[in-house]
Amino acid sequence: MYRYDDFDQTLVHQRVAEFRDQVGRRLSGALTEDEFKILRLMNGVYLQLHAYMLRIAIPYGTLSSEQMRMLAHVARRYDRGYGHFTTRQNIQFNWIKLEEMPDTLADLAGVKMHAMQTSGNCVRNITTDQWAGVAADEIEDPRIWAEVLRQYSTLHPEFSFLPRKFKIAISAAAHDRAAVAVHDIGLRMVRNSAGEVGFEVQVGGGLGRTPFIGKVIKPFLPKRDLLSYVEAVLRVYNQYGRRDNIYKARIKILVHELGAEKFGAEVEKEWATIKDSALALDPAVIADVAERFTYPDYERLEDNPPALARARQEDRAFAAWLDNSVSNHKQPGYAIVTLSLKPVGAPPGDATAEQMDAIADLADRYSFGEIRVGHEQNLVLPHVAQKELPELWQKLEAHGLATPNVGLVSDIIACPGLDYCSLANARSIPVAQELTQRFRDHKLASTIGRLHINISGCINACGHHHVGHIGILGVEKNGEEFYQITLGGRADEDARLGTLLGPAVRYGEVADVVEDVVAAYVELRKTPQELFIDTVKRIGIEPFKERVYAAR
Amino acid sequence: MTSPHEQKKRKVSGSVVVTANRLGDGAVVYRTIDDDWTTDLASAAVLAAPAAAVLLQRAEADGVRAVGPYIAPVEFGADNRVLPGNLRERIRLAGPTFTLPGAA
Repeated sequence: MYRYDDFDQTLVHQRVAEFRDQVGRRLSGALTEDEFKILRLMNGVYLQLHAYMLRIAIPYGTLSSEQMRMLAHVARRYDRGYGHFTTRQNIQFNWIKLEEMPDTLADLAGVKMHAMQTSGNCVRNITTDQWAGVAADEIEDPRIWAEVLRQYSTLHPEFSFLPRKFKIAISAAAHDRAAVAVHDIGLRMVRNSAGEVGFEVQVGGGLGRTPFIGKVIKPFLPKRDLLSYVEAVLRVYNQYGRRDNIYKARIKILVHELGAEKFGAEVEKEWATIKDSALALDPAVIADVAERFTYPDYERLEDNPPALARARQEDRAFAAWLDNSVSNHKQPGYAIVTLSLKPVGAPPGDATAEQMDAIADLADRYSFGEIRVGHEQNLVLPHVAQKELPELWQKLEAHGLATPNVGLVSDIIACPGLDYCSLANARSIPVAQELTQRFRDHKLASTIGRLHINISGCINACGHHHVGHIGILGVEKNGEEFYQITLGGRADEDARLGTLLGPAVRYGEVADVVEDVVAAYVELRKTPQELFIDTVKRIGIEPFKERVYAAR
Repeated sequence: MTSPHEQKKRKVSGSVVVTANRLGDGAVVYRTIDDDWTTDLASAAVLAAPAAAVLLQRAEADGVRAVGPYIAPVEFGADNRVLPGNLRERIRLAGPTFTLPGAA
């Protein structure tokens, strides 16, 4: 966990007081909606189809049990008893009244939570690997750098009115769990030939109506230069990014139109003027930030304790969960446990207040009070002793949090879609619900293997459909919901955009089409070990296209 | 069934209402013939599309009680009941199309 200091606490309280005044002036009519909209968006407040939505930041996806209990309280007191974890390590509440927004934010401020950087044309919540600090394949804890960037970017006056929103993600592991290639800036911690750790800098990744995979403009950036280089990127974007057309305002368009090389050269030119300024990171400052991250006082334990092996043998359901949802930890005798928020038939990423309280209690009992949020809309208990996994599993089961489908076909990413969102053209959640029903059989899902389905209810791509192994995009045709299907996208270290399968299909046909695609894959894969994504890469989309459209 | 950016550009024909979200809580509201707002669609002023422009203008001037007014289509049920004219408006009136978490 990161321990905020008094400066952070004061900032958050001051922000609530300021917003309380702004809300009061809006409700009295002293502010018009045009004047107020930009202010509410700077505080994470959107107006959706039926109500206001509040998006709360969970910086680098790390939550304490105390914070999770506060989210449960917010869900109960101000909302309708549940919240929705998003693809950017935020949580959204869908039904909070504007009149109660200041009180909600004041309660959140009590546990150092806030909604800054969750909307508006600023640097958004910095995201990272949900396994940061515990992943066995990690170079170092990327949250330290995410926190450095958070401190730098929060309310930064020069970058609070960028041409458009700006998203930064950091990964420090061999396997990219943070989808860095689809961010405005994607940072990958790497080692250079001298063995030094630094950052590979990608820019111009993003999804939405014009998707791009990020381009590397700096293969190795020393740590000391992180802030100056990010500032140089932001300055070039702030100066040249388009403000005349919202659809062309993201940095990805600028990078695409200038070309990565020219964009990189502009950044270098700007960087040269600020590289050795106060932005150069003093190792003492980094050490101070790192020191504020506390790590558990782990017991000395052995891997694979006998109790675990026994439980695996005795209970097949436990064994299925263990194989699916439990991962290697860098500390011997411990494990990383993913809590699926994708039970059969439920909205992906939603958790009830009761579940949030239960997770907080389980985090205290089994995970040193710490919880993580991943971009796949699942939660993580990052420090569980392996010997306690059987007991934890039983308790998770009791709360509907042990569905063994992590990374499988029913572990679907979905945006809120037309059921909530004022931008959406089509529903996402009911499509996901139907698919989880179709693939509810664990044996079938295990046979299919790793397969990511991502669903967006409009071209803005909050459900990351472009990078789903199977991507589903809702569109509107003559007042009816249709869905385009793409295959072969991925958001990891080998990120690529999916290819459109063919004409869009009706709402009622989506699950059938996905079943056909999956059935074709099972027939066409070279071996049962060949993943769906690898089969698509090997044979292309044509065989799938034939299968899907021949019957229609 | 289109984004708010497009709502105002969209040409709506036939019978319509003026709808918005209530300022204090975001609830869906409809404009009445006497320039009030109601959450009850049956109490809304239903007009032919061209005539609704005047009602919309007055609604836009009323920026304190409701936010983002626009013209939305309606249709009539068998008993002449006023119904939302598309899926987006049906969802705005009735809420999400699935059981909300914890409500089952």
